[in-house]
Amino acid sequence: MAENQPVDDAGQANFDAVIAKDSRIEPKDWMPADYRHALVRQMSQHAHSEIIGMQPEANWITRAPSLKRKAILMAKVQDEAGHGLYLYSATETLGTTRDEMTEALLAGKARYSSIFNYPTVSWADMGAIGWMVDGAAITNQVPLCRASYGPYARAMVRICKEESFHQRQGFEILLELSHGTPGQKAMAQDAVNRWYAPSLMMFGPPDADSPNTSKSMAWNIKRFGNDELRSRFVGMLAEQVKVLELELPDPDIRFNEDTKSWDYGPLDWAEFKEVLAGRGPCNAQRMERRRAAHDDGAWVREAAAAYAAKQSASNDREAA
Amino acid sequence: MIPTGSHHSQARDGSLAGVGPSTGSHHRNPTPYSLGDSSASATRITPGNALRPEDIALAAAEGTAHPREAVAEYALRLGDDALILAQRLGHWISRGPELEEDVALGNIALDQLGHARSFLTYAGAAWGKSEDDLAYYRREPEFRSAHLFEQPNGDFAVTIARQFIAASYQYLLYRELTRSSDPMLAAIAGKAVKEVDYHLDHSTQWVLRLAGGTEESNRRMIAGLELMWPFVGELFEDDPLIAEVGDAGVVPSSLKEEFDRATAAVLAEAGVEVPAHPMATGGGRHGRHSEHLGYLLAEMQVLAREYPGASW
Repeated sequence: MAENQPVDDAGQANFDAVIAKDSRIEPKDWMPADYRHALVRQMSQHAHSEIIGMQPEANWITRAPSLKRKAILMAKVQDEAGHGLYLYSATETLGTTRDEMTEALLAGKARYSSIFNYPTVSWADMGAIGWMVDGAAITNQVPLCRASYGPYARAMVRICKEESFHQRQGFEILLELSHGTPGQKAMAQDAVNRWYAPSLMMFGPPDADSPNTSKSMAWNIKRFGNDELRSRFVGMLAEQVKVLELELPDPDIRFNEDTKSWDYGPLDWAEFKEVLAGRGPCNAQRMERRRAAHDDGAWVREAAAAYAAKQSASNDREAA
Repeated sequence: MIPTGSHHSQARDGSLAGVGPSTGSHHRNPTPYSLGDSSASATRITPGNALRPEDIALAAAEGTAHPREAVAEYALRLGDDALILAQRLGHWISRGPELEEDVALGNIALDQLGHARSFLTYAGAAWGKSEDDLAYYRREPEFRSAHLFEQPNGDFAVTIARQFIAASYQYLLYRELTRSSDPMLAAIAGKAVKEVDYHLDHSTQWVLRLAGGTEESNRRMIAGLELMWPFVGELFEDDPLIAEVGDAGVVPSSLKEEFDRATAAVLAEAGVEVPAHPMATGGGRHGRHSEHLGYLLAEMQVLAREYPGASW
C-alpha cells in the first residue's frame, strides 16, 4: 500500500474532480492513501464476511429436509464463496494481495460481520438468514453499486443480483414453514425472534457513534448513514412479515409521519460490542474452522504450486 | 494461488445448477424426453429447456413417465450412488483447501445431487413415491449405493481418489446410457454425461498435481488411491437385475476394460502404480452396506423424519 506516497497535486486535483462529479476512480488513478486504506478495510471486511458467512449455512447442508432445499442451499453457500473470491480480487486492485488479507483475517486483525458469530440452531435459521441477514446486506449493498471506486461498484452489481435471489429463497423457506405444521411455524417464529435484532445491528452503530461514516460519505463510498438504511430495512420487514403471518419481536415498530421513516425499539448495543469484541456465541468456533481449513489445505496449495513450477520449467526446457 | 485452469469460470456459471425455477412454474418443453437444448452448457442451467427433476415428476404425475419395475430398480442404484456422493461432497463446502475448491467441489456436489434427483424421481414414478420419499424415508438396507460412494471424505487426496474413480466410472456409464432404450434414462444420462465430463477433468488434474507436487502430496495421493481402489470391483459387477433391465441399461462389466485403460493412462502420467489390492466384497446393490452409510443417513434424514408429512 502507498502509505508514504509523495504529494501529487495533479493527482489530488483529478481525484477531487472525479468525486465532485460523482464519477469513478479506477485502479491506476492516483488516490489519497486514506481513501485506499478505507476501501481495503471495507472491501476485505466484506470479503471475509462472505467467507465466514458460509459456515452457519453450511451447517445445514447435510441435514436439509428436502433434496430441492439441499440443492438451493448448496448453491447459495457456493455463491458466497464466489462473492468472497470476487471481492478479494477487487481488493487486490488496490495493491493488497489475497494472501495478505487472509493472513489478517486468520491473525484476528481484520473483521468480518458480527452476525456470523451467532449459531444456526434450526432449519428455520436458513430462512431467517436469507430473509433478514441477506435482506439487510442488500439494503446496505445496493447503494454500493454506485460507490466511487469502480472495481468495488462493479463487483457489487453482480453480488446484489445473487443476494436478491438469496433473500427470496430465505423468504420462501419461512413462508413454507409459517404455513406448515404448528411445529414448523413455531420454528420459523423462533428464528425470526433470534435474528431480528442482530440483523438490524448489521447496519453498524448509530451514526453518532460511527467513526467511519462521514468520511466514507464524503468520498462517495457510502451514500446513506447507518440509521437511514436501518430504518428502511425495518420498513421492508414490517410489510413482508405480514405475508409470512409471523411477528417481529419489537412492539415499537411504526411509521413516523413526521420524519417519514420507520421507528423501532432500542437495540442492545452492549451486546453488539460484546460480539464485536470477540465474546459472541461462535467467534472462536468460526475462526477455528477457517484456520483449520487453511492449515489442513496448506499441503494441497504447496503441491499445486510445486506442480505448476515443474510444469512451467519443463515447458521452458521444451521451448529452449 | 492454485492454478485451476478453466474450472473456476465453469464452476461459477454452474452455481445455480440444480436449483431451477420454483415448482409449478410453466415449462416450455412439453416432452420430458428431450435431451434439452443442444446448445446448453454442461454447467449452466437453461431453465425451460434442460431436463429437470420437476419435469420428470410432472411426467410421472401425468402418467407419461412410468418405468417398469426392473428399470426403476436400476434407476434407484444410479440415483443412490449420486445422492450419497453429493452428501459426502457437500461437507467440503467451507472446508476446502482453497476457496476455488469450495466452489468446484460444491459445484460437483450440486451436479451429483441434480442427477440423483432425476434418477430417484423417475424410479419413484414406478411406486408412487417422490424423490424425497426415497431419500428420506428408506432404511439403510433399502439403499442401493455402491460402497465407493459411501466412503468418508478423508483428506483432500482421499476425496480426489474417490472422485477420480467415481467420475471415470460415471462418465463411461452415462455415455453408454445415452443410448438406452428407455428414453427417460437416456435423457437424464444425456444431461449428466456433460457434467461428469467436467468432474473427470477436475479429478484427473488433481491426481496429476498431487502425485507430481511435493513429496507429501505424492505420499497422500498414493495412500488415497490405495484406500479407495478396492471399491472399484463392485462397480463393474453384473447381476440378474442387469439382465432384466436389458438394453434399457448398461452392463457394468462391459465398461471395465475402458475404465482400466483410461485410469491406468492417467496414473501412468502421474507416475504412480495402479493399486494392486484385492477387491473388497461389495453388496451395496443388494442393501449390504459399509459401516459408514448408517451415520450418513442418520444425519441426512434426521430433520425430515422429525416432521413426517411436512412440506418444506
